[in-house]
Amino acid sequence: MQLTVWTYEGPPHVGAMRVATGMQGLHYVLHAPQGDTYADLLFTMIERRDRRPPVTYTTFSARDLGGDTAELFKIAAQNAYDRFQPQAMIVGASCTGSLIQDDPGGLARALDLPIPVVTVDLPAYQRKENWGAAETFYQLVRTLAGSSGPESGNKRSKRPSGGRPRCNLLGPTALGFRHRDDVAEITGLLARLGIDVSVTAPMGAAPADLARLGDADFNVVLYPEIAGQAASWLQRNFGQPSSKVIPIGVSATREFIEEVAKLAGVDASSVLAASSTRLPWYSRSVDSTYLTGKRVFIFGDATHAVAAARIASDELGFKVVGLGTYSREFGREIREAAKLYGVEPLISDDYLEVEARVAELEPELVLGTQMERHIAKRLGIPCAVISAPVHVQDFPARYAPQMGFEGANVIFDTWVHPLMMGLEEHLLAMFKDDFEFKDGAVPSHLGAGHAAPVDQTRVAAAEPGAPAIVSDISVAWAADAEQELRKIPFFVRGKARRNTERFANENGVATITVETLYDAKAHYAR
Amino acid sequence: MNAHVNAAVQGCAEGAAREAAPNHVRRENGQREVFCGLTGIVWLHRKIQDAFFLVVGSRTCAHLIQSAAGVMIFAEPRFATAIMEEKDLAGLTDANDELDRIVAQLIARRPDIRLLFLVGSCPSEVIKLDLSRAALRLSQSFSPRVRILNYSGSGIETTFTQGEDACLASLVPGLPPFGTSEDQLLIVGSLADVVEDQFVRLFEELGIGPVRFLPPRNSMTLPGVGPNTKFLLAQPFLADTARALQERGATRLAAPFPLGVEGTTAWLRAAADAFGVSDARFVDVTRPYRVRASRALAHYRDQLAGRSIFLFPDSQLEIPLARFLSRELSMQLVEVGTPYLHREHLAEELKLLPNDVALTEGQDVDLQLDRCRAARPDLVVCGLGLANPLEAEGMTTKWSIELVFTPIQGFEQAADLAELFARPLARRAKLVA
Repeated sequence: MQLTVWTYEGPPHVGAMRVATGMQGLHYVLHAPQGDTYADLLFTMIERRDRRPPVTYTTFSARDLGGDTAELFKIAAQNAYDRFQPQAMIVGASCTGSLIQDDPGGLARALDLPIPVVTVDLPAYQRKENWGAAETFYQLVRTLAGSSGPESGNKRSKRPSGGRPRCNLLGPTALGFRHRDDVAEITGLLARLGIDVSVTAPMGAAPADLARLGDADFNVVLYPEIAGQAASWLQRNFGQPSSKVIPIGVSATREFIEEVAKLAGVDASSVLAASSTRLPWYSRSVDSTYLTGKRVFIFGDATHAVAAARIASDELGFKVVGLGTYSREFGREIREAAKLYGVEPLISDDYLEVEARVAELEPELVLGTQMERHIAKRLGIPCAVISAPVHVQDFPARYAPQMGFEGANVIFDTWVHPLMMGLEEHLLAMFKDDFEFKDGAVPSHLGAGHAAPVDQTRVAAAEPGAPAIVSDISVAWAADAEQELRKIPFFVRGKARRNTERFANENGVATITVETLYDAKAHYAR
Repeated sequence: MNAHVNAAVQGCAEGAAREAAPNHVRRENGQREVFCGLTGIVWLHRKIQDAFFLVVGSRTCAHLIQSAAGVMIFAEPRFATAIMEEKDLAGLTDANDELDRIVAQLIARRPDIRLLFLVGSCPSEVIKLDLSRAALRLSQSFSPRVRILNYSGSGIETTFTQGEDACLASLVPGLPPFGTSEDQLLIVGSLADVVEDQFVRLFEELGIGPVRFLPPRNSMTLPGVGPNTKFLLAQPFLADTARALQERGATRLAAPFPLGVEGTTAWLRAAADAFGVSDARFVDVTRPYRVRASRALAHYRDQLAGRSIFLFPDSQLEIPLARFLSRELSMQLVEVGTPYLHREHLAEELKLLPNDVALTEGQDVDLQLDRCRAARPDLVVCGLGLANPLEAEGMTTKWSIELVFTPIQGFEQAADLAELFARPLARRAKLVA
């Protein structure tokens, strides 16, 4: 058993729902107890979908367990077929459904429906949402695309000369972080390169579209967490290569353009020359000087976290002080990236562990999921959201991709906006005791509605159960030193206190004076 | 022909119900679009402020509570899930050892917790993990510092608000005996603190007391119960809790539920009658409250009278709500769904409903949606999974979970309750784009 307060990912059948809900003409019959229908509201409320997810639940109850739950499943599947007339159906069980071992796949086959029925067996007690989405997409691709592909071992026939190159766009689902806008951005980018998108899947695709996957020359994998497995099956069976670069950030987008141009056999130079984004210039603009070396903590799914670290470090001049992911399946990618920045990778889906790490590292900016947004809010640290799990705010009314050149513009604004403006930050440091610039003052451009940051050390001490910043050093602070410490801006004060105490301890100073404070400051000067 | 076999089967049950009951009740047994009882933790953990709720379940359970709570304000809330893994399913001995380890870890981490509920889930029940024995075993290790109880919030046993029923019923055997010779009034069911305080003042004015509440705000101040306890249900979904209290000798005061002016008056009246309050005094004390609440309601009656309303099953509050909507706001009831119909506890409510009201117990969501679309009511009360899709079809909806999370009981809240139904209509009328 694992003690869990908040979860980053839902169960694997929610991943299957994300695939089914993103697609058209597909229906999911789920053997699940009453209550599991809660998952519908993720789609209707968080994503504001105007339709119910295409999911029929058997919603069995205790009295059904004594009777015939298998019959219940068959009735539900038959009714779902009759009512919704899908092109294909997926069947499976939720965590409880799998315990009663009714074999949804076998039961559905017995109904002999005139459509393809794909069984998705998701080990609910081992795996999670993203894995479930990947497995479901993979099973759908195998079943629906497999029949129309070349015989195994045969080479794909070459595209007739003169036609435009074609690719599939793989990975976007319902409830994905900015998938809607990423698809639009990348489709536009590919069009400028002269590449057509044959099928975008799962989002927007019908089962009949999956049967056409083999028509494309190559695959663009936007979200490896979801499409990686399906793409490597397509590579093995249809000989379709897939793209590896994730076009998040300016440099990555340019590399992506070069990569797909090579896969498509087109010339990218004019698109590369014409493409413009404001991020590089805004980042060079002198007002951005204050961004230099900002200490940033990054956490999310591996794809977005790795991309964010690269942008933070190379394109905005931040310092990456922490990098992690909740998806263990992608631990290797995070460990490799962490090496680049010389930080300890954090691979954990334990929210409390992530919170403790943020508190310990005292970053000046957190780039994370909605969960880290809450951590940052509590600790009074600015934060921007870069990855699922999502929240209603992650489905903005405006066009806001993460990918491509427009994505880079969006990222610049989203990450820089929560920070104190350069000059304001200096003024706050200089005139800390000014009556308007007191502790808890927020960036003026954010208005009064934003939560006032609080002293991190005090937060930790005040709330039971919060990860306290415990120092095992016992040195006393002289009153005037304590007074001086309070003049240091709140967002670096915790760090200053710890450094000073460590310095005092290492130098055998029993009572910290104002002098000790400045000695320590000089010692740790960066 | 294959479509809705289950619906056909219910035709027979329907016929039987028509004869047995004054109100026609349709019974459905298809897909239910409702929460399970774990959802009650969202408000119960705020109500009992030193209690912790540990769900023994799956990732789905954790995800449900998190999604139902909707927000993550509390960094370390007083609820959590012990997520079962493959090895816990293999052997129950291991599962019990694991549970002991997790509870020890939790209690060490949260020394402020005085009452721990082990909450059963669908998977824990299907594998027959005996949480009552676990609670007993763990109580021995942690008593007297922490009391450990258990109840089931599983979807196979409980629908939404029945989770609160199961939770409160688990508290009853541990309530201290109430032994004095004078009568005590016990109000049963979670109410917002502000509503409780209003009722306390009203009972004081009426000269009824002592008055206690279950659940209490703190587990160290559990109310007593005994033959001199008379209890009023504040919520319509407390079948097991009421039975457990009656087994301890307490008497249930039959009453409608305190929604709206009429409901609140009748609810208070039941207590007044049981405690020998004179008619004159009752009328004198309640008149100013009734007058004020009626005045506040009048505004909304103008907006809602004659409008048709369709209620999907959700919290079991539907029947009292329908009574309020039809009698105090003159709305037309198209269909009133309820997950369960407790005929005894709702007897006083059913008497007040129009004779021809279409009541539905249980659900087959697709069939119910068909009926709703055919009827095109002015307002649909439904869960969050259905609300936006129905809005997109041009219907106006009121999401029902708000009726559970908002103070709606009592005189002072009668107009607030009406406003919850008026707002979606007012909003739709306002929006031009």
